[in-house]
Order: sequence, then C-alpha cells, then structure tokens
Amino acid sequence: AAPLSAAKSPLSATDEKLTSLEDVTHYNNYYEFGVDKTAPAAHAHTLKTSPWTVKVDGLVAKPAEYAVEDLIKNSALEERIYRMRCVEGWSMVIPWVGFPLADLIKRVEPQGSAKYVAFETVYRPPEMPGQQSAFPVLEWPYVEGLRLDEAMHPLTILAVGLYGETLPNQNGAPIRLVVPWKYGFKGIKSITRISFVEKQPATSWNLQAPDEYGFYANVNPDVDHPRWSQKTERRIGEGGLFVKRRPTLPFNGYGEQVAQLYSGMDLRKFY
Amino acid sequence: MAGQASAQGAKRGFALPQVPKIAIYIVGFIPAVLLFYLGVTNQLGADPMRYLEQALGLWALRFLIATLTISPLRQIFNINLLRYRRAIGLLTFYYAALHLLTYLVLDQGLDFEAIWADIVKRPYITVGMATFLVLVPLAVTSNNVSIRRLGGQAWARLHRLVYFAAIGAAVHFLMVVKSWPPEPMVYAAIVTSLLGYRLVRSLIRKIVPKRRAA
Repeated sequence: AAPLSAAKSPLSATDEKLTSLEDVTHYNNYYEFGVDKTAPAAHAHTLKTSPWTVKVDGLVAKPAEYAVEDLIKNSALEERIYRMRCVEGWSMVIPWVGFPLADLIKRVEPQGSAKYVAFETVYRPPEMPGQQSAFPVLEWPYVEGLRLDEAMHPLTILAVGLYGETLPNQNGAPIRLVVPWKYGFKGIKSITRISFVEKQPATSWNLQAPDEYGFYANVNPDVDHPRWSQKTERRIGEGGLFVKRRPTLPFNGYGEQVAQLYSGMDLRKFY
Repeated sequence: MAGQASAQGAKRGFALPQVPKIAIYIVGFIPAVLLFYLGVTNQLGADPMRYLEQALGLWALRFLIATLTISPLRQIFNINLLRYRRAIGLLTFYYAALHLLTYLVLDQGLDFEAIWADIVKRPYITVGMATFLVLVPLAVTSNNVSIRRLGGQAWARLHRLVYFAAIGAAVHFLMVVKSWPPEPMVYAAIVTSLLGYRLVRSLIRKIVPKRRAA
C-alpha cells in the first residue's frame, strides 16, 4: 500500500473511536474471495489491481475510461471517517481516503434521462476464487446501484484508500464505493464500470434474495432483516468476547444529511 | 463388561483398543476449553463473540453427526463403538447448551425482550431453540437408571427424537447464513445421508424378511 495525502473533511465522524487497521483489513466480506470473514485477507492478493481502468458510460455527454492513477492524481483526496454498518449486525469506524462520487459524475455530464447509476465489479475468475465456484454464492460479476441523487450526495465517495494508504486488495482495491448511510454490501468493491441509466439497475444481493435485500438498503433499525433484528449492532473491536450491543441509528446516524432524499417514501416498502 | 465387549469385537474381526469413557469427555471438551481460552485472551479474531457462538454450535452439530454414525459403522463396517455413544451424545447436548448460553448471555446480554422477539420472529432461532428442547429429554435419560425405568423399547423410541434434532440442527445452520455457502450444505448432506441410510434400511427390513426367520 502506497501513502496517499488527503485533507481532513468536516463530513468525518470525529467522536468515534476508529476500528483498528488490523480488524478493518482482516474481517470483512468480499465473496469473490470466499465466504469467511477472513477469506478476503487470505486470498485477495491474487487480484491484479494495476493497470486498472474504470469505464464510465451510458447516458452521459462525455463517456470516458479512466486509469485509476489518473483519478487519484486529478482528485482532491479527502479523509472521510465513516461508520460502516454491515447488514449482518456488526459495525466499524473506518478512515477512508477518497473523493466525492459527485466530482466524477459532474465530469462526465449525465443527460437528463439518467436517473440511476449502475456499478460493476471486475469479473476475473482466475484471480478471484469465489467466481470459479461451481455453486456460486452470488451471480457474478457483483453489481450495485444508486439513485442519481444518492450518488450525487456529498457523503457518497469513491474510496481509493484507508488509514492514509491505498486500499488493500481485500477492501476493494483499487477503487470502491462507500455510502455510509446504507448497509455495507452497497459499497461495491474493485469497480470496473460505472453506467448512467434510466431504470433502476439490478443489484447482486437483491437478485439473490429479493425479500431480504432491497435496492435502497438504508440502515434502518425499524425494518428488520427477515431473519434477524436490525435494532442493534456489535462494534468490532469493542469489548472482545463481552461485546455490548449498541443501538443501530436510522440511516446509520446520517439522517440529518440524507433523510430528505427519501421524504414521502415508505421505507418499509423500499427497504 | 469390558472383557465381554472386546471379545465380541474380536469375533467381528475388529479388536478395537478400548479407552475409558472419561477419555471421550476429556477429548470432547478440548475444543470448548480452547475456544474459551482463546476468547478470553482475545485471540478469536475481530468478532470473538460471534466466532465462539458459531464454533460451539458447529461442534454440537459435529458431535450429533458422530452420534449418528455409530450405528451405521457397526452395521456396515462391523466397527463397534456403541459403548461410546452415550458420551458422544451427551457432548452434543453440552455443546448445544454452551452454544445457547453464548447466544443468551454474550450475544444478547440476557435482553429477554430481544431474545423472545428472536424466538417468535426468527425461524432460525425458533428452529434452534426447538432443536435444543428436543435434546433435553435425550440428555436427561442418557443413563442406565432411565433405560431400566423406561424399559428398553420405550427408551429407544424416545431416543429416535435425535433424528429430529439432527434435521433441526442442519436446517438451523442453513438458515443462519446469507445465500447458500458450501459449509452448511455439506453438513446438511451428511445429516441427510445418515438419516436416509436409516430410512432405506428400515424399509428394506420391512420388505425383506429377516434372514433369521427364513
């Protein structure tokens, strides 16, 4: 991992204790490398992240293909300390380094008909053992999506690093999405394509189990996962074996900034 | 007794070395002791409570499967481990109890409102609790006094509940994970084949008269 220089951001959560680098990099989901939480750290080294290009296409005036190093060079990188709430009921506080997705969106000039943004992870079975499986856990490649206004929101970033250095492979190198008010699985990793589309795009977990994972996937303690409660969460690295559950906050505590995006919407229906 | 059992073993062609039953318990509790030690010393990874909870449940399922392999081993391979079955069965119960305790105390912090909501609202918790309840009468009657008091046939009938416990445990594991990862499917397949073997065997015995009778 190479060092990145990044400016502090007023959008960072400052009153929270950071989850250790060790835990952030050795406990996460990245099913392309296996289903265990420790599998990404163990197997992600096989992914070649350089050279890497991100294709931006669809309903935009200026479709483009960006080399990741150019994106890094030409963006004002910021440190964004965000809470991360996994749909499984655990959470972390992670100092990401990245830039607002809105910066990239403005560069490519979306057309009026563009209502949604679709994202795609790289598809490389030889480098991603989970994609070789005869019984895939998900349909590959992993796809995600946001509404255009969600994508434009200042909290939404493309992360290229954490803890002041470029992203480790297991955390989604070289470039990934971070949307702190949504469950972690919305944060698609190792992005190769960003498309602007008119209709709501398909998303991987929604395809796998539509009654359990919605398109929006906003953190919401009042809407339980059908198989477990979302009212509380365990903060990783806090208390060890005797971890205390803490209440989960609506929109993961970012309600003041984002709740207006969903005014008038029934969040039980659009979960 | 021991001499008798080993003589029988010799007759069947497998003179297995006999170990005292207490050894089964000692070896059987090694994973639990190790897990608690690693947990208390913070060596179970980033989410130690969840690791402990899952590992104890998995060991319960493993011992349950081991219990169910005793009969087929004897019937198919003439390997007689009957004298250890009670110990292995009880280990299943102890691990299930530890798994449940971890859930109640460490995971939910004895928040009975949340626990009750889980039991009535989450099918996988409902199934897990029911499976544990099924194991209770089996553990309570896993002693010679109970066999004598109930009578061999009634006791055996009661202990057929273990088949429901096996189905419950396998389903509980399948329901707790996201998507369909391989590990719970492998365990479900093992349970299915152990129960399927019994079903097929009992069907065959119904259709084909016993050799002794002929």
